[in-house]
Amino acid sequence: MAVDQSDIEKLAELARLQISHEAAAETAQSISQVLELVDQLQAADTRNVSPMAHPLDALQRLRPDTVTETDQRESLQAMAPATEDGLYLVPRVIE
Amino acid sequence: MHTKTIAELISGLRNKDFSSSELTQHFLDRIAAKDERYNSYISVTRDIALAQAQAADERLATGDAPPLCGVPIAHKDIFCTQGVRTSCGSKMLDNFIAPYDATIVDNYQRAGAVMLGKTNMDEFAMGSSNETSYYGPVKNPWNINCVPGGSSGGSAAAVAALLAPGATASDTGGSIRQPAALCGLTGIKPTYGRVSRYGMIAFASSLDQAGVLTRSAEDAAIMLNVMASFDDKDSTCVDQPLEDYTAGLTDDLTGLTVGVPDEYFGEGLNPKTAEVVQAAIKTYESLGATIKPISLPHTHLAVPAYYVIAPAECSANLSRFDGVRYGHRCEDPKDLADMYKRSRGEGFGDEVKRRILVGTYALSAGYYDAYYNKAQQVRRLIKQDFVDAFADVDVILGPTSPNPTFEFGSKGDDPVAMYLEDIYTIATNLAGLPGLSIPCGLVDGKPVGLQLIGNYFAEGKLLNVAHQFQQATDFHQQLPPETA
Repeated sequence: MAVDQSDIEKLAELARLQISHEAAAETAQSISQVLELVDQLQAADTRNVSPMAHPLDALQRLRPDTVTETDQRESLQAMAPATEDGLYLVPRVIE
Repeated sequence: MHTKTIAELISGLRNKDFSSSELTQHFLDRIAAKDERYNSYISVTRDIALAQAQAADERLATGDAPPLCGVPIAHKDIFCTQGVRTSCGSKMLDNFIAPYDATIVDNYQRAGAVMLGKTNMDEFAMGSSNETSYYGPVKNPWNINCVPGGSSGGSAAAVAALLAPGATASDTGGSIRQPAALCGLTGIKPTYGRVSRYGMIAFASSLDQAGVLTRSAEDAAIMLNVMASFDDKDSTCVDQPLEDYTAGLTDDLTGLTVGVPDEYFGEGLNPKTAEVVQAAIKTYESLGATIKPISLPHTHLAVPAYYVIAPAECSANLSRFDGVRYGHRCEDPKDLADMYKRSRGEGFGDEVKRRILVGTYALSAGYYDAYYNKAQQVRRLIKQDFVDAFADVDVILGPTSPNPTFEFGSKGDDPVAMYLEDIYTIATNLAGLPGLSIPCGLVDGKPVGLQLIGNYFAEGKLLNVAHQFQQATDFHQQLPPETA
């Protein structure tokens, strides 16, 4: 399956990834090469094969619902790009 | 001191032949003098190293010394180290100071190891040549015009250039074993779940596993003893009893059955590499092993399955880098969407973007079944190949990589040419099996890696089989000409 420049721009929008119009054309070419590689999968006979998510088919472990984390807000926010009164600042969302 | 193995350093420190402070200073001096040439470190943690060395010397003096007390090591910059920049080779995390230690970093600290610094790597561990690092490519000490392999290329170059006696690394599709092969080192990727992933920046969570790069199987066993643990903080970590990986190193190989898959010697394998690997097979025969041809019929589907599953998981994992809580944020965003897009567009390099886009494609509505689900089904077929093989053999042997190291830029613009360098290592990650690479000779002055694959949790057996080869040969003792 080949993708073109406009497909890449749509995917980039979904992935919240800025990509220039020119770069999208180049990327379309290299991603088409990757998709050509992965299309080899279609020839595999996978009837009655269940998908494998964990190599040892392990199940999610559960733990008691107790507090294990301490309050580290100050140290964690120290490296944030912008904070105010203990909150993370982002550009205005609602006018 | 820099030519000594970790085993030798441990006894030297305990015999008071040298102190950890002297040893650490010696490595720091070597890094300062030589690493400009290799670019193997992103950060050198000089002050931490000297303080840890001094503390280690105090413990060594009292006789209360944990296993790696005073031994300097380097950590791949994918592992969070509290108070120290943890960049993962990306502009996105260039300003990220980790607020906690990865479990494995903590394990080494409690074992008394000294941290020399953080090693260079392909950005977010995505690459096989270390050319995708934001901090520039790492040079192979065997030939500085050539790549060290990736993604753990900085760890590999640091150990090969004797700028660290051993280093931590991580392997999602071959990122420990392939650099081990290209730099003439021993590298082991344990069974999925054997080592905690807590604090290891995630690329593809169902494939990522931490391991080590060293100059011998014995050193790898010593380092893995400390690294392996069950960890409640990693929900995919497997609660399996710990073992002493050094205990079985000297076991005799008589009666061992070694499987040699036809598919690992087919088209695409450099004939000179094949010759060197065939010679290693002969060595195993002379050590008493029985060689048995086997088939892993779905091998050709491993790279295609990987390039669906790994990008899919990568696109999900890397969605956390949004410029809000940490990491790179663009200047003057005009709204929230603009902030996300430009922060990510500026923070990630081309290969990372390509994989995010492939993953987004594979997971998008209408394509999920055809790509992701199909790849997960193929993954089970690949695992079943190994399960069937291990009914008859103890270990599987083949080349680690189809070619020895190659020149920078030589794979051109075709990402697939680079992906195929991992053709023999990727299936092991898909199946979750342990794999190891040891040096088995040179081709045109470049090291060749021999890959050994074991059954689940058979790390001890793999290290034994590797150690016995290293008792019979001296390939692992060969150093890059400019280092020797």
